[in-house]
Amino acid sequence: MSIFKDAGHLFRFAGLFVLAFLVFLVVRHYVVPKSFGQYGHYRGAAMGEIAQHPAKFSGHDTCESCHSDVAEKKSHGKHAHVNCEACHGALFQRLPIPEQPKPGIYQRFVNLIVHPPPPDPPLLHHADDPTGVKPELPDTSVLCVRCHTASAAKPKNFPQVVPAEHSNGLPCETCHQPHNPGMDAGGAK
Amino acid sequence: MNISRRQMLILLPAAAVAWESVLAGTPEQASNYKMSDHWWGMLIDIPKCIGCGNCVRACQTENDVPDGLFRTWVERYHVSDEDMTRPEVISPDGGKNGFPVAAEDDKKYFFVPKMCNHCADSPCTQVCPVGATFVSPDGVVLVDQKYCLGCAYCVQACPYGCRYIHPQKEVADKCTLCYHRITQGLTTACCEACPTGARQLVDLKDPKDPIHEFLKTHSVQVLKPQMATGSKAFYNGLDGSVR
Repeated sequence: MSIFKDAGHLFRFAGLFVLAFLVFLVVRHYVVPKSFGQYGHYRGAAMGEIAQHPAKFSGHDTCESCHSDVAEKKSHGKHAHVNCEACHGALFQRLPIPEQPKPGIYQRFVNLIVHPPPPDPPLLHHADDPTGVKPELPDTSVLCVRCHTASAAKPKNFPQVVPAEHSNGLPCETCHQPHNPGMDAGGAK
Repeated sequence: MNISRRQMLILLPAAAVAWESVLAGTPEQASNYKMSDHWWGMLIDIPKCIGCGNCVRACQTENDVPDGLFRTWVERYHVSDEDMTRPEVISPDGGKNGFPVAAEDDKKYFFVPKMCNHCADSPCTQVCPVGATFVSPDGVVLVDQKYCLGCAYCVQACPYGCRYIHPQKEVADKCTLCYHRITQGLTTACCEACPTGARQLVDLKDPKDPIHEFLKTHSVQVLKPQMATGSKAFYNGLDGSVR
């Protein structure tokens, strides 16, 4: 063991490195999120958090579970493949942000540094408050025209009209029922 | 048991590493959604797009996208026979409220919906210095907004211009392919709102998905294929002038 003679200072130095490595591991343990590296070089828990975002469009099945009469009418017409929320908007709607209590002096100081994002307005579903949260009753002069105004950019086989010439200023629903727009289905009278 | 100082010094770091992996826990999985069973993408059928902007409005509602910024938008191309490489492209307010009427002329018009291509080899995830953006095991390019520094490298790296810095959150933001919906068995908000079926969510790992038959029987292209990004936004009827 003659080569280790007088090598004590090297061992002490190596010991310092090992100690520093242990400190690094302890700090890393507290600083690096638990799920980092679970699937790759990112935080695995982020996917679960992103998936928590509230869905606002509920799908036509939800609408049809109550409005089966409209669904039945729609199923026979040319708009059968157009989902309810495509025209009426999402079933979940944002409510106004409730009045927040005024932050204390400490919180205001913290806010100066961290700039917290504004709170999300609460959501309410049409089914939970059918009279309070109503899907949009679209204005046909905007809704129908947006899709069916004639334009050279639209596919040639898509039904298009020049509104001023086509209806002479009459609202679309005079002749076409939006849920089943065929002339034989009658207007929304 | 006698352990020498040398053995102790070797064992301690090894024990620390082992303890670390114990604390990391097992992968969290949603009860009925298995990431390894899916590989998501989008089919965009250009000949079906009427430029109504329903997709843009639905996306903004669903994902609380700030005004003036877009996770998806629609462009209208106007291409002449003589100069295909320089098309006139407009997208007023992302096409959110439709487009001005296009009068018939000797040039070609068409709409192109754009969104994150959810690339398998995405340049945007490769440049992130902190691991805040990534391709998930089910093929969706996501941003971990708690981890993002807002350095905007990814915004510059995306060849399709699909990212922006969220003005209030001050972090990168982009299309999540409605990850909160597709993991629940719903389709994306843009697909839900599209009146003509010009957009379809596809799952390339689902053998029953009609996309397999569609890809076999149609001339389908991705945007900027020369960049080898592994794009999963498949465009049917894509014109060569589209950038």
